[in-house]
Amino acid sequence: MATLEIKDLHVSVVSEDAPKEILKGVDLTIKAGETHAIMGPNGSGKSTLSYAIAGHPKYTITSGTVTLDGEDVLEMSVDERARAGLFLAMQYPVEVPGVSMSNFLRTAATAVRGEAPNLRHWVKEVKGAMADLDIDPAFAERSVNEGFSGGEKKRHEILQLGLLQPKIAILDETDSGLDVDALRVVSEGVNRYKASGEVGVMLITHYTRILKYIQPDFVHVFANGRIVESGGRELADVLESEGYVKYTGSKEAAALS
Amino acid sequence: MAALSTKPHSHGAVVPVSSRAEHFTSYDVNAFEVPGGREEIWRFTPLKRLAGLHSGAAATGTAAVEVSAAEGVTVETVGRDDSRLGTAGVPGDRVAAQAYSSFENATIVTLPGDVKSEPTTVTVTGAGVDAVAYGHIQIKASQFAEGTVILDFRGSGAYADNVEFLVADGAHLTVITIHDWADDAVHVSQHHVKLGRDATIKHTVVTLGGDVVRVTPVVQYAGRGGDAELFGLYFADAGQHQEHRPFIDHAQAKCRSNVVYKGALQGDGAHTVWIGDVLIRAAAEGTETFELNRNLILTDGARADSVPNLEIETGEIEGAGHASATGRFDDEQLFYLQARGIPEDQARRLVVRGFFQELIAKIAVPEVRERLEAAIEAELEAVGT
Repeated sequence: MATLEIKDLHVSVVSEDAPKEILKGVDLTIKAGETHAIMGPNGSGKSTLSYAIAGHPKYTITSGTVTLDGEDVLEMSVDERARAGLFLAMQYPVEVPGVSMSNFLRTAATAVRGEAPNLRHWVKEVKGAMADLDIDPAFAERSVNEGFSGGEKKRHEILQLGLLQPKIAILDETDSGLDVDALRVVSEGVNRYKASGEVGVMLITHYTRILKYIQPDFVHVFANGRIVESGGRELADVLESEGYVKYTGSKEAAALS
Repeated sequence: MAALSTKPHSHGAVVPVSSRAEHFTSYDVNAFEVPGGREEIWRFTPLKRLAGLHSGAAATGTAAVEVSAAEGVTVETVGRDDSRLGTAGVPGDRVAAQAYSSFENATIVTLPGDVKSEPTTVTVTGAGVDAVAYGHIQIKASQFAEGTVILDFRGSGAYADNVEFLVADGAHLTVITIHDWADDAVHVSQHHVKLGRDATIKHTVVTLGGDVVRVTPVVQYAGRGGDAELFGLYFADAGQHQEHRPFIDHAQAKCRSNVVYKGALQGDGAHTVWIGDVLIRAAAEGTETFELNRNLILTDGARADSVPNLEIETGEIEGAGHASATGRFDDEQLFYLQARGIPEDQARRLVVRGFFQELIAKIAVPEVRERLEAAIEAELEAVGT
C-alpha cells in the first residue's frame, strides 16, 4: 500500500533578487486507492506543489518533509523519484527535438522497470495504449512533444502514465485546454490507470469539470500556498457554484504580490 | 570556368571586404599578404597555432592518400602541372593559395557517368607530429553520375589543402568529409564545389578531432538548376578550435542551396566559429536559399561565434533566409526526461543525440552514421556529468 506523505512543506522559488516563498506549510497524505483533487485559484501554488514533489531544480524546499512509503523523497534525484514510483503529468510537457517518442518511451520504461521490456510484448503494449487514447501510431516516430497540439501533449502524458504504472500519480491541470472529446479520452485513461492497481492520484485542477469523469475521494481547496479546506466530493459542488472568492477575497491581491 | 579575379591586390593596409563578391582570390601565394590576425577572414582564427601554414612554412613531409575505390571509379595520382587541376575554384585565402603553390602530387577520383556507384573512401593521413604537408584532391562526378565519396582525415601534423568537387551536368554527388585528426593536428582546408546544370551535391562536413580545423567550402554554379545542400556537424572539446566558413555564390538562375550546421561544445577554451556567407548575384533570378547554424553549449568556458551573412542583388528570388542560435543545455528537457525515470547522464546523451539527429539521419552510408553516433557517445562520455 503506497503512501505519499507531505508534512509542513515550505517551498521557495529563486527570483531575480530574493527568494520568494510560495508554499507555506502543506500537509497532505495520499494513500493507494485514493484520489485527491487539489483545487484552487491561479497563483495559489498548486503547480509549485507538483513540481516540488517531482524535484524541479527551480524550487527550493526550505522546510518540511515528503516521504513515499517512509522513504525521504526530497533526498532523491529527479529520476530516482520517478523510479521510486512517483509520476508527474505536466501542465506544459517539454519538447525534446530529435528524440523519437518510441525511443523515449522504451528508455523510460527500461529505467522505471529496471530492465528492458521484451521487444515484441512492448510494441504490442505501446500500440494498444496508444489506441486506447486515440493516438495515431505515426506519433511514435515523431520527436517527443515537438509540434504536438495541447491536447496531443496531454494524451501523451497519460500514455506515459499508463506505461510507467507509478504508485502515485500527480496530474497537474491535465484537463486545461482540452476540448470535450479529449477530456473524455484523457479521463478514461486516468480511470484505467486507477483501476489497474493500488495507486494513488493527486489531481490538480482549476475547474470542476474533470471531476465529472474522475471521481475524487477527497477535495482540497488550495489558496495562498496551503490547503485551506478539505472535504469530500460535495466540496467540489460548492466550489462549482460559489467559486474561490470565499478563500481569496481581498487576500487574492496579497497572494499574488 | 574558374572566375579568376582581376581585382588588383592592395598591399598594405587592412581593408575590410564589404561584399563577398569582391573577395580576393588567387592561385599564387605571393598575391596574398601574410595575415596578421585583424583581417576580416582571419580575425577568429588563432594564427599562432597554425604552424606557419599562413606565413610560408615549407613542407617537411607528405600526407599519405589512400583510396578505396568502388567499381568503375578511377583513381589517378598526377603532378601539379595537370591541366585539369584548379578548375573548380580559385584559392580564397593565403593558406589555400600556399597549399595550391606547394603540393607535389594531386589525387583525382572520377565517378563514371550515367551509373550509380558504391561509396568510395579517400583516407588522408597527416605527415606526423610537427611535420608540415600540403595536398590537393579533386573529385569528379561525370555527367549523370551518382555516387558517394567519403573523405577521412586522420593522423598528426599540420596540413593545408584544396579539395575540388566538379559535378558535371545532371550528376548527383554525395560527399562526407570527416575530420577525425589526432589532438595535435592543424588542418586548413578549402573546398571548391562547381555544379553543372541540374547537378546536385550533398556535402557534409564532420569535425571532431584536431587542435585547429578551419574549413572553407565554396559553392559555385556553372548552370541553372543546380542544388547544393551543405551540412555540418561538429563537436569541440576543451582547447579545440573548429571553424567552418561555407560560402554559396549564386550567380546562375533557378538554383537552390540549403546550409545546416550544428555544433556542440564542451570544456574550457572550446571554440567554434561559423561564418555562413550567401551571395545572390543579379543574374541569379529564381534562387532559393536558406542557411542555419545552431550551437549547443554543454559546459562553461566554451565559446561559439556564429555569423550568417546574406547579400541579395536581385529581388527576383524564390526565397532567402538565415537563422542562427546558440544556447545552453536546456534544463527543462533534462528535467522532463529525468521525471520519467531516465538517469541524468543518459538524459543528457539523449538530448545531444537528438540535437544532431536531424543531420545524422541524412547520412546515407550506415557505417559512417554508426561511426558518428559512436564518436558522439565517446565525446559525451569524456565530459562526465
